[in-house]
Amino acid sequence: MQEFETVIGLEVHVELLTRTKLFCGCSTAFGAAPNTQVCPVCLGLPGGMLPLLNKTAAEYTIKAALALNCTVTPNLTFDRKNYFYADLPKGFQISQFFYPMGTNGYLEIHHNGESKKIGIRQLHLEEDTGKLSHFGDIISSPYSRVDFNRAGVPLMEIVSEPDIRSAEEARLYLQKLRTILCYLGISDCKMEEGSMRCDANISLRPVGSSELGKKTELKNMNSFRSVFRGIEYEVERQRTILLSGDSIIPETRHWDEAKGITRAMRSKFVSADYRCFPDPNIPPFPVDTKWVESIQASIPELPDAKYYRFIEEYGLPPYDAEVLTGTKELADFYEEVLTCYREPKTVSNWIMSELMGHLNAAGIGITEAKIKAKDLGKLLQLVGKGEISGKMAKSVFEEMFATGEDPELIIKKQGLAQISDEDTLDGIINTVLAANPQSVQDYHSGKKKALGFLVGQIMKETKGQANPQLVNKMLEEKLKSS
Amino acid sequence: MKISRKEVEHVAALARLAFSPEEVELFTRQFNDILDYINKLNEIDLEDVEPTSHVQPLHTVLREDEAVPGDSALLEAVLREAPETENGFFKVPPVID
Repeated sequence: MQEFETVIGLEVHVELLTRTKLFCGCSTAFGAAPNTQVCPVCLGLPGGMLPLLNKTAAEYTIKAALALNCTVTPNLTFDRKNYFYADLPKGFQISQFFYPMGTNGYLEIHHNGESKKIGIRQLHLEEDTGKLSHFGDIISSPYSRVDFNRAGVPLMEIVSEPDIRSAEEARLYLQKLRTILCYLGISDCKMEEGSMRCDANISLRPVGSSELGKKTELKNMNSFRSVFRGIEYEVERQRTILLSGDSIIPETRHWDEAKGITRAMRSKFVSADYRCFPDPNIPPFPVDTKWVESIQASIPELPDAKYYRFIEEYGLPPYDAEVLTGTKELADFYEEVLTCYREPKTVSNWIMSELMGHLNAAGIGITEAKIKAKDLGKLLQLVGKGEISGKMAKSVFEEMFATGEDPELIIKKQGLAQISDEDTLDGIINTVLAANPQSVQDYHSGKKKALGFLVGQIMKETKGQANPQLVNKMLEEKLKSS
Repeated sequence: MKISRKEVEHVAALARLAFSPEEVELFTRQFNDILDYINKLNEIDLEDVEPTSHVQPLHTVLREDEAVPGDSALLEAVLREAPETENGFFKVPPVID
């Protein structure tokens, strides 16, 4: 049977976390009453003020371009993309068609310990559209309502090269992109809330071929999971068509999350039909080197640099490093715990199993958790010193997660402290030995199992609080010398 | 390059303009006249000339990211002028995405 290679390129749109729109001072705050955050500029009213570029939006986009290893344009220019649609009040969208902010970059994905670079063809700044709402099914809705609060909100589009070879790589690319943008603090990248949107260009070609096959563009994927599922479905659909000897119709397809299928949508304008031209209202703005340098200097350590540093500096396995650098907040938490308890792998285990398990169960992120990094470090110190057992530590952790209390306080309140005081243990051991002369005799006659029984009796006597290693050691010494 | 009637009709359709056959004839001729004139530029040697996006040597001005409160009188006027509204929304014929 013919083997095919999957070729995917992703177009990702993210809303930037600016206070105001791209070309006017209207607020971008979410959840306002409809059409209350609009003005003559973003509504395209004739005779209105001229558009004035938002400095922060430009900075954020340059920041993203630098973080994604792009070449930054020496001149900021904007063009008009012309089309008519009810969510586009001006009849054109202001975008960077001719000279995108950044070009020719890449990001790196890690999969099963292997790394792969995915090219970024371009990254540019443009305006978002208004929001249409329908009643029930989009096809049978009797009319649509339009809210222009979102019209003109800064939107950054990031176009990858067709370097992605599977649905899994697409998911990893998207996750890495989100991680980087969140590290930069320029977007909250919430797919479910629409602040990050993803379209996929998908085609197949015979293995070994270097030509691109006919592609479809897949839209309406509203979560990381639906990006994965949508692409998997579309790849299989195309494979079936190609294997039957038919060819792919180039078209835009809609992912139907409920049915788990893709469906054809109306045919799209071809690119030339947008009749793009430089926006006469927005003269160019030279991007000077000093400005770019100051933006570069404001970029924090990025996930990949952190990932390699965690492996190098802390000797962590790649998997741990990937998980811990998943968000800047989690990585910071990890390193703060390390300042109190410098056992990188032990801390990593606790964070990945206990902490993340509890976070997932509670459905919250690390920033919303009550537990403090310093306190987790303190708890691990207590385990390390043998003051409490690992098992007790887990129940203390549970309480710390729920209340945010100091571990020592919880241990005192619950009377959980491990008995490591030799004098106390000595007394208890003597009592147990005196009460079990048969076992002592068995031990001396070579029945090693008797030792385990005696340890068990001591643990019972102390309600499990005796330090087991210490009990073992003391008990053996005592038996040998008797 | 010659512009055909069909291309004029296509551009008119994109701009949602309806022309009579005579107008299409007229604009096809004018389109071609304009392009012929512009084509003279191709005779100039532009080897060392930067592409021009704006004829005036101006730079745009950047705006600080500070919100300006909405003008409620203006918003009311805008909604009042719309053909149809509903609960503060503009109301439009059904749009198939």
